[in-house]
Amino acid sequence: MTKQHRWIIAGAMATLGFAGLVASGSSVAAADVVTIGFTESETGALNVDSIGQFNGFRLWRDQVNAAGGITAGGKSYQVNLAFYDDQSKPDRVQQLYSRLILQDNADFLFSPYSSGLTATAAIISEQYGKIMITTGASEDKTYQLGNKYLYEMYTPASAYLTGALDALKTVHPKARVALAYADDAFAKAVATAARTYVQSIGMELVFDEAYAPSTTDFGPLINKMISAKADALIGGGHYADGATLARQVYDHKAPLDFISLLVAPDSPKFATLGESAVNVTAPSQWAPQATFKPDFGPDPKTFGDAYRKAYGIEPSYHAAGGYAAGLILQHAIEQAGTIDPDKVAARLDQTDVETFYGHVRFFTDSSRHGLQAGHSMVIVQWQKKGDQLVKEVVWPRAGATAPLAYPLH
Amino acid sequence: MLGVFASMLDGVLVGAVYGLAAIGLTLIWGVMDVINLTHGAMITMGMFGLYLAFTELGLNPYVALLPVAGLGFAAGVVIYWLSVHRVVGRPPLMSLLSTFSVNLMVIGIGTILWSTSPYNIDVSLPGFSLGEYTFTGNHLLAAAAAVLIAIALSLFLARTRSGKAIRAVASNRRAAELMGIPSSQVLARAFGLGIAIAAVAGGLIATLFPFTVLSGSDYQLKSFVVTVLGGLGNPTGALAGGILLGLIEGGVTPFIAVSWIPVIEFALFVLILIAFPNGLFARRTHR
Repeated sequence: MTKQHRWIIAGAMATLGFAGLVASGSSVAAADVVTIGFTESETGALNVDSIGQFNGFRLWRDQVNAAGGITAGGKSYQVNLAFYDDQSKPDRVQQLYSRLILQDNADFLFSPYSSGLTATAAIISEQYGKIMITTGASEDKTYQLGNKYLYEMYTPASAYLTGALDALKTVHPKARVALAYADDAFAKAVATAARTYVQSIGMELVFDEAYAPSTTDFGPLINKMISAKADALIGGGHYADGATLARQVYDHKAPLDFISLLVAPDSPKFATLGESAVNVTAPSQWAPQATFKPDFGPDPKTFGDAYRKAYGIEPSYHAAGGYAAGLILQHAIEQAGTIDPDKVAARLDQTDVETFYGHVRFFTDSSRHGLQAGHSMVIVQWQKKGDQLVKEVVWPRAGATAPLAYPLH
Repeated sequence: MLGVFASMLDGVLVGAVYGLAAIGLTLIWGVMDVINLTHGAMITMGMFGLYLAFTELGLNPYVALLPVAGLGFAAGVVIYWLSVHRVVGRPPLMSLLSTFSVNLMVIGIGTILWSTSPYNIDVSLPGFSLGEYTFTGNHLLAAAAAVLIAIALSLFLARTRSGKAIRAVASNRRAAELMGIPSSQVLARAFGLGIAIAAVAGGLIATLFPFTVLSGSDYQLKSFVVTVLGGLGNPTGALAGGILLGLIEGGVTPFIAVSWIPVIEFALFVLILIAFPNGLFARRTHR
């Protein structure tokens, strides 16, 4: 082949490539796309909890796009997710949400995982007037600051441990309760409400202490609980600390009859703790055994089957929350018939819908705009069935799949 | 009262492992005047080395400490020649930046391989109970291993030809070279030894607590406090410093919230630096 031939072939290939680019560009331009931006904690302390939520977002996107997209005003919008790793750090969230809005032109936003990161993201989303559906972010305070475009999928943090304490009251009305919680925004909000509730139902709070979220040695805390003669432990924070606390309580043979920890025990990964996981309970935003009859979207079984097929594991409530966040946004866009943010926000304010995830409705008064008003929680417990650990719903009784196993061991 | 005693005993057991982790740092610092900021990353690598040996190769975790030590030594020698050799004897900032860069690379690669999810070595040895307080076999064995390794290292430095060569180079590198000691090779071996000990300490910590790729930095910080307590370049001092730190942690936690512990630790760090700049156990130094 001569040099001239080579140049001709190279030129032809370049031309074909350019034509391909034009075709690809025009096909993107022809389709209507709605871009939803968010960060996820692919790395850092929140990574286990964030993955489920991220999977939920992706499953929703894949199913919506496969079904033709979101239909609004006679158009079909394909969903495009724009996302980055926030490394579980607030400063990254601040930079990345600005980038999602200004450079990626996100039409709508989902929240990062955790109350702390969401509080940071909310400053940016409100500044630019972008709707943000929050999931994995239940601290009440963020929704009490006069924000107009924030909508919460989770039952607020203040209600997290009340169900567990109600369940405990049925088996031990005068329990001596230890409250050990992570020193972060979410767990502190839960602890503040739980502290008051323990005393209001006639139990005694014998230990009350925060620990650093990065704690790995809970020995000193556990010894203090034993010295305080506690017979129930409530608290925790996120996956890493909660799983460690549960394991070390077991290793130290702490004489506790009841444990309810935030977040960690709801993760399917918690079962890998083996004996340490047995009969540990957790407040959960959702359980795969739920029997809600949805007005919109898939039923719980269809969602659970699709999730297992896509990711090969049981969906956690973080996963359900992620999927439901997409579903609620889709519902509002379809109802509004447009992706205009003010019109979609107006429809979100009117949302009153039953989904596979439960009932969803938002407070609309200015003192708590966007705070979740319709959703309620369940208490799950890891129970031993033969050699298997199975997560059962034990509270409220009306929705229970098994009675509460008490005492712990 | 039993609760306070139990807490102090727990502190001593964990403190011995802190001491072992610090030995790796203090050895390198004392011998070549390099503050090794890869220390935390090497503790992390020890954790993951043990984890992989346990889960992938099915080795008993305590047996797996031997290959972890061997690999740690080899990694240390490589890191020495790549990033430390040229900056020994130069301004401290150079070795700080050089080792910090290696630390970032190792943690970056670790994050790619294992993310930052928590890992756990599922080993549980029977321990003993005092009243309602239980001390796990893992803690007892880790503390015993830490003490034995510290004693073995002291004997190695005091009695063997290689150990004496390390001390000679630490004491006066030029004089050692004039006596025919190949100082660079000796420093590489000392660096390898320090990293091997850090890796073994990481392995022992992994039998006690869950860990992530980022866990090593916490133990690196504790190692600095222990090094200051125990005195530079003094392995037995570092062990004693670790045990003292654990004892202080265990002794105060029954009376104050655990979130005050880092405040107390670093207040102690500053006080010791001011009052005993050579460490509490400086007179026993091997230098």
